[in-house]
Amino acid sequence: MNWLTTDNTSGAVALNEIPEVGYNDFYNDLADRLADPRYHAAHYFALPWDDRLRFICLLLDDAEGKVLLASHAMEYYEQTHLPSLTALHPAFHPFERDIAERYGVQFDEMPWPKPLRFPHDRYDRSSSMDNYPFYSIKGGSLHEVNVGPIHAGIIEPGAFRFICNGEQVLHLEIALGYQHRGIEQLLAGTDNRLRQMCLAETIAGDSAVAHATAFAEAVEKLSGRERPAELERERTVALELERMAMQIADTGALSMDVGYQLGQVACEALRTMTINTTQAWCGNRFGKGLIRPHGTDHPLTPEKARMIRDNVSDIARRYDEVRRDLKSSPSLLARFEQCGTVPREEMLRIGGVGQAARASGAARDIRTSHPWASFAKCLHHESITTPQGDVMARLMVRSREVLQSAGYIGRLLELYEQKYADGPTPCPAPDYAAPLAPSSLSFGLVEGWRGETCHVVVTNAAGRIAAARIKDPSLHNWLALALAVRGEGISDFPICNKSFNLSYCGHDL
Amino acid sequence: MIFPKIRVLRSHGKQYIPDLDAVELTSEFRGRPVLTDTPDRSDLERAAAICPTGAIVPAPFSLDLGRCVFCGECARRAPHNIRFTNDYRIGSPTREGLVMRPGQQRVEFDPAAVRPEIRKCFSRALQLREVSAGGDASVEMELGATGNVNFDLGRFGIGFTASPRHADGVVVSGPISANMAEALDICYEAVAEPKIVVACGTDACSGGLLAGSRALDRSFLERHRVDLWLPGAPTHPMIFIDGIRTLLGHKQRG
Repeated sequence: MNWLTTDNTSGAVALNEIPEVGYNDFYNDLADRLADPRYHAAHYFALPWDDRLRFICLLLDDAEGKVLLASHAMEYYEQTHLPSLTALHPAFHPFERDIAERYGVQFDEMPWPKPLRFPHDRYDRSSSMDNYPFYSIKGGSLHEVNVGPIHAGIIEPGAFRFICNGEQVLHLEIALGYQHRGIEQLLAGTDNRLRQMCLAETIAGDSAVAHATAFAEAVEKLSGRERPAELERERTVALELERMAMQIADTGALSMDVGYQLGQVACEALRTMTINTTQAWCGNRFGKGLIRPHGTDHPLTPEKARMIRDNVSDIARRYDEVRRDLKSSPSLLARFEQCGTVPREEMLRIGGVGQAARASGAARDIRTSHPWASFAKCLHHESITTPQGDVMARLMVRSREVLQSAGYIGRLLELYEQKYADGPTPCPAPDYAAPLAPSSLSFGLVEGWRGETCHVVVTNAAGRIAAARIKDPSLHNWLALALAVRGEGISDFPICNKSFNLSYCGHDL
Repeated sequence: MIFPKIRVLRSHGKQYIPDLDAVELTSEFRGRPVLTDTPDRSDLERAAAICPTGAIVPAPFSLDLGRCVFCGECARRAPHNIRFTNDYRIGSPTREGLVMRPGQQRVEFDPAAVRPEIRKCFSRALQLREVSAGGDASVEMELGATGNVNFDLGRFGIGFTASPRHADGVVVSGPISANMAEALDICYEAVAEPKIVVACGTDACSGGLLAGSRALDRSFLERHRVDLWLPGAPTHPMIFIDGIRTLLGHKQRG
């Protein structure tokens, strides 16, 4: 089958260049390719276009670093049933469920035909948050435990339904959608580029930099203008700072959940230092306002670069002490090791991404496989993977990534200081008015701290953003959490949950 | 095994902030804006046009902190009219109190606007139930941080509790998604009287960037009186701490 081949550093593609094939060819080709772990789908979505519904798939080839694009289409009101790819490759389930929920497209043999996020413009208005069709098992010795949507801590809402045999979890089903705010619709509903950037930052507030970078990448590809390398370096520093802050936060949260106060408070303090560093750079602890299209409002100065470098090296040193302590505490290892295991094969089958996949030995990392910006130029990233797939493995991947990110930040800022010791960087101011290529599609593909973050932006004939399709890595990884707790005691659920720390709003949009 | 712990403790040192009232945030932080009216309103009109949430009205000049996401773009477009200070004392007992006008040197906090039973019942202990209804996790993380080793809000007897039955009020974050509206109502009903409602974050105050989305149902805020409005995207822990303590009468503004 014919695919359009591009990569993560090339520009936008015209919509009519994307090959359109019959669904049978599409199905057969994907069914074959997805059996090979070198391929996985970054996105698959449907778009109403004229009188038709056009389905576009972004397939990533990790071995060659290529992005493949193809599409199929049907009449908007056509009632044809399409054979489900999820039946062969469970990794496709969120994509097909999204398409079915929004447009009423029927996928035959779909093994899990359930609502995904209850969007406000869903096809079936009778389906609602209150009647989510939870799976149930009949049996006298089983009981169900419902948790949520409001959780005990100060976190976002989502409903968990456990089916337990005594203390042991047989099955967990996660119902999401409580956080749906209609972000994709709002992005397409405005021409104010600044507003669009702010919306991208609020897709998941703890991944503001990752999402803003992905969106800015997509927009910049559409306007076809070169970016100065300095700007890319500053964005990479911001992204790695965000990664450090969140991995440290989760180390603290895991310590808290097993009652290890020293680890908790030390990590709280280190996270505060990290986000305060971001705040001293751009005025916001989460990096909101830092990523803007074509430029920046907060160019580094020699003083700021030195401040960030000093803080980061101090944080890395202290965090490493915490890491050594955690690794040498038998009471922690007893809780973390061999708990919540997701084997590599299962992780690949469900399409897991990011640090959770790497902790199961699946080297999914956009920084390595599809490098962009600084990762394609001055940094040569090597993914940190470990084969165990348990809570401890996820913690260890996190903690090694903190040190790795600190190293990258140090190197980038060192480069900066050598070049611009005397004054601010030649980073231009943002441009919110750059015209976009009409009738085109572009994507931003970024490895955030949770994993692969993909934004696809489509423009209409007038060069307006007609649709945005956003994928947070959590979309794939929620299922990994459900699998991780199978067979575990229900009391281990909190640490399994924290070891993934997935986004509710990033999933629900 | 004890040595790694001693090393962590030694590096950790003392982290907690002894006097929270004396905290000054970095000069980069965007808090309370200072507005200046000028005869030439062309800059201001440009700023109002690009404002992502429509928080600016050029004539008569005002800036609504309840809508502002503190992106700072208006201060770059109209530097003579708008300047952000690092003042985090921006909570208000009324929604109108968040609308800033030229010449205003602080966000007013009128003690008379606070229901008398709040200070009577809660000034020495206040437990809150946080409900995220479409919040993007940043406000939630900042609220979590109020109790951490740095800010230690617990020292004032203020904290967050898991069960609404143990709570004296509800803190709402996020623009209130329609899918979460019913759960928020149920949670509010479960809190015993007397109780307070805090709208935390710009998204909660006005819908923020999400205002106008068809996925929201903000009727909760029409049905219940909000006792404290806290802007911010996200609300910095100091905005929350200052707002709550001013509400309880621990401190006064101005």
